[in-house]
Order: sequence, then structure tokens, then C-alpha cells
Amino acid sequence: METLSVAGKPIELDSDGHLAHRADWTENVARELAVQEGISDLTPQHWAVINFMRSVFEKEGDAPSIRRLTKESGVDTKTLYQLFPKGPAKRAAKIAGLPKPKGCI
Amino acid sequence: MRHMLILGGGTGGTIMANKLASALDERDWRITVVDETEEHYYQPGFLFVPFGTYRMHELVKPRRQYFPGRIKFVLSAIDHIEPENKTVILAGGDALRYDVLIIATGADIHPEQTEGLLDEEWGKSKFDFYTPKGAERLAQFFKTWQGGKLVLSVTEMPIKCPVAPLEFLFLADAYFTKRGMRDKVDLRLVTPLSGAFTKPMSSRVLGEFLDRKGISVTPDFDLGRVDSKEKKLVAWDETEVSYDALVSIPTNMGNACIARSSMGNELNFVPTNKETLQAEGLEDVFVIGDATNLPSSKAGSVAHFESEILFQNILEHIEGRPPVAHFDGHANCFIESGFGKGLLIDFNYETEPLPGEFPLPAVGPFSLLQESPINHYGKMMFRWVYWNLLLRGLELPIEAEMSMAGKRVQ
Ligand SMILES: Cc1cc2nc3c(=O)[nH]c(=O)nc-3n(C[C@H](O)[C@H](O)[C@H](O)COP(=O)(O)OP(=O)(O)OC[C@H]3O[C@@H](n4cnc5c(N)ncnc54)[C@H](O)[C@@H]3O)c2cc1C
Repeated sequence: METLSVAGKPIELDSDGHLAHRADWTENVARELAVQEGISDLTPQHWAVINFMRSVFEKEGDAPSIRRLTKESGVDTKTLYQLFPKGPAKRAAKIAGLPKPKGCI
Repeated sequence: MRHMLILGGGTGGTIMANKLASALDERDWRITVVDETEEHYYQPGFLFVPFGTYRMHELVKPRRQYFPGRIKFVLSAIDHIEPENKTVILAGGDALRYDVLIIATGADIHPEQTEGLLDEEWGKSKFDFYTPKGAERLAQFFKTWQGGKLVLSVTEMPIKCPVAPLEFLFLADAYFTKRGMRDKVDLRLVTPLSGAFTKPMSSRVLGEFLDRKGISVTPDFDLGRVDSKEKKLVAWDETEVSYDALVSIPTNMGNACIARSSMGNELNFVPTNKETLQAEGLEDVFVIGDATNLPSSKAGSVAHFESEILFQNILEHIEGRPPVAHFDGHANCFIESGFGKGLLIDFNYETEPLPGEFPLPAVGPFSLLQESPINHYGKMMFRWVYWNLLLRGLELPIEAEMSMAGKRVQ
């Protein structure tokens, strides 16, 4: 089982590298997950996206798509890719402590 | 007299009209289907048109021919639904009241959603094969094309028939091989997915297939815009892929009437209970086929499996009982792999496509996730099955609920 160490405490991850237990999420955990994704500093804009992701997940049980993020979070697509390079939906979900988005088949 | 109103007379709407026509008492129920066109296209056939296997006129039939006599067919565009008034407003302003509503308005491609995709080069160096016109233009283009970089680009998920892009590339490989110019054609799949397909096992198997056929893959590519002058795709992160001929699977969206009714998500798909197939929060509205937001494939086979669940639940509902039948996300797709062969995948919400054998009385077994000629015949036979059994709501020899029989769990 993979773990992430935050302030000396091990936190369990699932097979996709996302938090195994959503309840383990704190802002410090988010910062640590962000570092793992190569984002060293979480700006207020990052937080706006992260909090939006969390509130959608809370209500609907799945993370929102990029299209929904740009439509409802007030951050345009270009900026989203600058904030979370290489796949904002996947990366922001991870940092927000959510499981890998289910996506579609 | 109560009123059963079906919006959309395509695959799902026609199946439901047939099933309900023989189950609902004519003294109690009127049944109406609304659609804006007279022509019913067999969409799975579009895949074969660019390669000259089918001509478009072989894939179309009059919609009305598939409705039983008691069905009233209304030829009109739907403007919007007012669920609070149990009413549907047609484009001309006419209002239709309903007791039970079935939404079967499908999904369509929207190239205008991507910057630079829909311009004067659309139909010249950039094509689609998800519409009759698009598939025909591509057939015309291929006839005299001299070769170069042929890129198949999936804009974003979900799309109808998610294996169609792979099938297109397999068939292109066979087509250009037969024309003796395969060495002049560079085939590439550009996809937002992390591999050839969504689920691990099938993604690996199908990835190996692409590899063996010399088809390259650019994964994790989120298309931001198309530059028609420079002939290149540009991702949101500014990575680029150049093409000579582009075959695009544009963004797929539910019909605009769903947006006008404020009943859809960001892609105009209707939030639907994934088990009962009721529209979320609306007891008397059911949704079938591509119009739903379900995490299942958007495919005719799925609409067929859903129809059995929907049928049971509607009968429960009109008797005043809660819906009991649960959809498991079952999908069953033949994948044409070229040179007279095919693959078959069978899966649901929980079980990814697995290898093995698919037992089918009298005809089978088909081979799962493995190439064989019988799977190709299965695919070609599906056109007959579609017009003669599936649309008429008749039993197919495959259960709505997925079975593990024959599947090998690794
Ligand atoms: C290229 C391609 C290949 C495919 N291959 C396969 C395959 O191999 N196997 C498979 O199982 N599936 C395949 N599919 C998918 C399959 O065709 C669809 O999933 C299926 O037809 C969905 O049925 P539906 O009833 O949801 O929508 P549709 O059959 O598309 O019907 C929707 C209907 O609603 C009507 N409508 C929509 N909006 C309005 C409005 N506002 N007013 C009036 N009428 C309206 C439309 O005119 C249409 O007739 C393929 C699709 C494509 C495009």
C-alpha cells in the first residue's frame, strides 16, 4: 500500500495514487499532493478550483469534467491548463482528495 | 385516456414504441412519438461508408414503417419540455400533455464547439463520419487521395460508440493496404484517453492491435483548437500534432431541446438514475439511449438492454408501484478489425471487457477480446438484427443483464 507522508504522518493512497480515504484530506494534504504533481505553490485560483471540485463531488459523487469546471467555476480552460498542466480534471481531482474521475466508456 | 409521449423516434424511441404498443391497453392509453425527420438511419453503418462497403441509401428506411398502427407519429421539432406542467412544447408552439414521458432524443456531433474545427476546410481536409453527409464526403475524398498523414482525432469523451474511432483506423489500414498504398499513408489516433480505450484490459489488447497494424497513438491529448492553415491540432497545453487529412470525432452533445428545458448537464445529457432510468427528481420522466448521462457506452446495444429495464419500470410506475428493475450498464459491441475479422467486447458498469468466449445459442460462440471471422459476421449481421428484431422490440438471444459465462477472469 502506497502512502503519502504529511507532517510525519502516513496517509494511505489508492492504486491510482489518490487518497484512499476522503476524510484524510486537509489543506496541508492538498499542498503535499500538489507537490507530487509538480505544483509547488497553490494560489487562490488553484484553491477556487479545488473547492469547486470538492463541492460538486460532495453533492454528486463524481468530480466535474473540464467543460463543467470552465462553465461553473469561473476559470477559463486556458487558465485551467496553466494552473494544472497536463489534464486539469484529473490533477485537480487528485489534489482535492477525490478518487480518479470515473469518466465514461 | 392517459398519454404516453415518446420524444425521438430513433433506436431507443422506436423500441419503446413497439414494446409499449403491445403492452398498454388501447382503451386506457394513447401513445405518441415525436421526431423531426422521416428518415431513420442505421448509424453503425456510417463507419463503412467512407470505405465504399455500404452506400448511404442502403442504410436508411422510413421511420414510420417501424411504428405499429396504433402509434401516432408527429413530424415536428421539439422546442422544450415543461416537466412542472407535464407538457412538451413543439417548435410550432403546439403543446402536448403527457402522463408518462420518455426522452429518447439521442446525441449528435458539435464541431462548432472546438475553435477552428468548423470552417471552410470542413469537408475538404477535415471530415467526420458520424453524420450521413460527413461519411459520404469522406468516401468521395478517399477515392482520389494520394496519401499522407491521416489523423483520427477524438475531441472529448463521451462519444457515441466509443470503439468506432478504433474500427475506423483498422478499416483504413485494410482499405489502403488493398489499394496498394498503405506505405503512403501514416495512420494516427489522437485521443484524450490515456490509451487506446477506457478500461485497462481492453485498452491493452486494442493498443497491441493498433501497434501491430502500424497505427500510432498520441494519448492524453486534450484538443484546444485546430489550425486549418498550418494543418495541425493544438492541445490546451500547446503540444501539436500535424495532419494532411483530419477525421474528427467532434464533441458529442445531447439535443438542444434538453438545454432549452434546463434539464441537461454541461453536454445537454439528462441526469438519469443509473439503475431505474428515471430522470433525476422526476418520477414520470424516463430516459433511454444516448440522451442519458449514464456512465455506460452510448450504443444501440445499450439502448436495447435499457429498453427491457425501462419497459418493466414503466409498467410498474403506471400501476402506482416504485420501479424495481435495475440496469447494470450492460454493453455488447462488435469491433470491426479489418480484413474480414472482428472482436467482441461485453461489459457493464462494474465488469470491464474480459477475454474468453461469448456463448450464443445456434450462432456462437463468439470470441471475446480476440480477433475472429465470426465476430465480423456478427457485426455485419447486426444490420439485419437492427431492422428486423431490435427496433421491433423483439427478444434477442442476449439477456439484458450481463453474464459472466465464458469470461476469463485474470
Ligand atoms: C458512426 C457510428 C457507429 C456506431 N456503431 C455502433 C455499433 O456498432 N453498435 C452499436 O450498438 N451502436 C453503434 N452506434 C451508436 C448507436 O447508433 C446509437 O447509440 C443509437 O442509435 C442511440 O439511440 P437513441 O435512440 O438514443 O438515439 P437516436 O437513434 O440517434 O435517435 C434520436 C432521435 O431523436 C430525434 N430528435 C432529437 N432531437 C429532436 C428534437 N428537438 N425534435 C425532434 N426530434 C428530435 C432525432 O431526429 C433522432 O431520430 C454507432 C453510432 C455512430 C454515429
